[in-house]
Amino acid sequence: MTSHLRLVWIYPDLLSTYGDQGNVLVLEQRARARGMSVETVHVRSSDPVPEQGDIYLIGGGEDRPQILGAERLRKDGGLHRAIGRGAALLAVCAGYQIMGTVFGGEEGQPVPGIGLLDISSGRGERRAVGELAAEVDPALGVPTLTGFENHMGVTRLGPGVRPLSRTIVGTGNGDGTEGCYAGKVIGTYLHGPALARNPGLADLLLAWTAGPLAPIDDTWYQRLREERLAAVLPG
Amino acid sequence: MSQLPLRAQLASALGRTAATLSRATGRGDGSVIGGRVGLMLEPDLLRQLAADRRLALVSATNGKTTTTRLIASALRQLGEVATNAFGANMPAGHVSALSSAKDAPYAVLEVDEKYLPEVLDTTQAGVVCLMNLSRDQMDRAAEIWLLAQKWRRALASRPTLVIANCDDPLVAWAASGAARVSWVAAGQRWREDSWCCPECGGPLDRKGADWACRECVFRRPTPSWVLDGEDVIDPRGQRWRLDLQLPGQANRANGAIALATVAAFGLEPGHALLGLREVTSVAGRYTTVERDGRSLRLLLAKNPAGWLEAFDVSDPALPIILSVNAQGPDGRDTSWLWDVDYRILMGRPVLVTGERRRDLALRLYVAGVPFQLCDSFGQAVAVLPPGRIDVIANYTAFQQIRTEFGRAE
Repeated sequence: MTSHLRLVWIYPDLLSTYGDQGNVLVLEQRARARGMSVETVHVRSSDPVPEQGDIYLIGGGEDRPQILGAERLRKDGGLHRAIGRGAALLAVCAGYQIMGTVFGGEEGQPVPGIGLLDISSGRGERRAVGELAAEVDPALGVPTLTGFENHMGVTRLGPGVRPLSRTIVGTGNGDGTEGCYAGKVIGTYLHGPALARNPGLADLLLAWTAGPLAPIDDTWYQRLREERLAAVLPG
Repeated sequence: MSQLPLRAQLASALGRTAATLSRATGRGDGSVIGGRVGLMLEPDLLRQLAADRRLALVSATNGKTTTTRLIASALRQLGEVATNAFGANMPAGHVSALSSAKDAPYAVLEVDEKYLPEVLDTTQAGVVCLMNLSRDQMDRAAEIWLLAQKWRRALASRPTLVIANCDDPLVAWAASGAARVSWVAAGQRWREDSWCCPECGGPLDRKGADWACRECVFRRPTPSWVLDGEDVIDPRGQRWRLDLQLPGQANRANGAIALATVAAFGLEPGHALLGLREVTSVAGRYTTVERDGRSLRLLLAKNPAGWLEAFDVSDPALPIILSVNAQGPDGRDTSWLWDVDYRILMGRPVLVTGERRRDLALRLYVAGVPFQLCDSFGQAVAVLPPGRIDVIANYTAFQQIRTEFGRAE
């Protein structure tokens, strides 16, 4: 197991609309609970993205910051190089769309993404707002996803990615699937602190980096998961 | 006040009747239903009721109810003031407020951020004050850059005098297109929504209170009013001790904005302060209630910036009860909990309750803040020994607690 974890939070000044910091805090807590030391770098949009991180995080945001974020990431190139050398990435909501080839701008105009995931996004008819629950691809060994979505995006998955999950409640990508993954890159519409309600997903990212993980006290995570899943799942 | 047309008089009177009925049957304070009935009968009612009054609109993410109260309290020294004191801040509430004080020559209306362009257009208000914009209940509220842009468009090329906080870059950007602005340096505690230039997206460089874009010419406007600790410095350089009864830095900021606003009505700070200092509690906020030897001070915090303000007011020596719900008015999404730094509570007894207490429990656990989970507010109170206790709750959690104590102010 790797004993030192380097987290890189990309552009909190642009893309951190609602509780996105939660993903950083959950990864830090779950790594430290396993005796790892953690170093977290907050990368402002005016600064270069370091290439030596283990796990990269990018969050959600409004239309203008999303377009600015995509431009800066493309010009910078640091995230591409990091993923190229095997780093993991969790991209949330607006950050998820940026990873594709194209997404919808302020007036629905197509804006080029940065092409780390084989997906293309556009604007849907109506805003998807509410609780989401979804069954994760069994290959990943992660229990049911639970979270909150708040977006107008519709995302089409290309052959280069697999759906992260199939929705039970909620909209997700818009075709019955939610999020996607390829290699160690995960994208999801679960906005904000997606990992707080899905510690299994947090551990997947950690295990990709650090190898097999020891079990830790999960009581408070599980109590919240049980309540939220019971509130939305039928029967 | 000129005479209202007959139709508007009738609409206004029937609206007031509906409000009275609503109050009498215990359905609420009646300010929304009354206005709705009035608007149904006369869609032009708000414009007609606002005409010929000297009107100020107050909008912000946080502090608009309190600032509205402070301004109204000061203006009463000049004459009768119509105001939506209970926070019904959309057009139906405005109609109701104006309708119930038909002859008041002055009016101060709190306006929901999204409705500001519409209400400004309808009422042609002479004064608008804008204090801050930050993330708030985004499952139902507008995105704030977009909101700032709508404000900016609504204010451009209008004769309205804008009283604006120059320390909040989004507010400064929204107001800077207006023809007449009185800038107030009222401070900005929450900065997480303004690291980037609203004009060009470039990084904002900050030095103390000052800020400027690194990539374009947009920068902090020069204030004519300055909040300096406990004092406000007016445009002539005279210093005024605020001495408000309402606690905390956020309320001093509200006080500074209120002084600048009433100055536009011809009220000097020396006189205005007498009115500002009469305000002790606003819709139950900052009120202390008693139960079984415990004195509970109630603080409302609806979003991350509001929690910072509540922490500022809270006494670090006291135990604290936190209550969080996620009903419609709170926002159904609890993500915002992760934007609040709860580590400031470390070392105090912390009790967690409310309908979404498990969300808050996990948040505190991850932050490493010890806490005790309680199934009800009553249980949380009972767990603590007699003495003083601070309570921070978000919107419906706060209302539930007030109801438990008979909504005493």
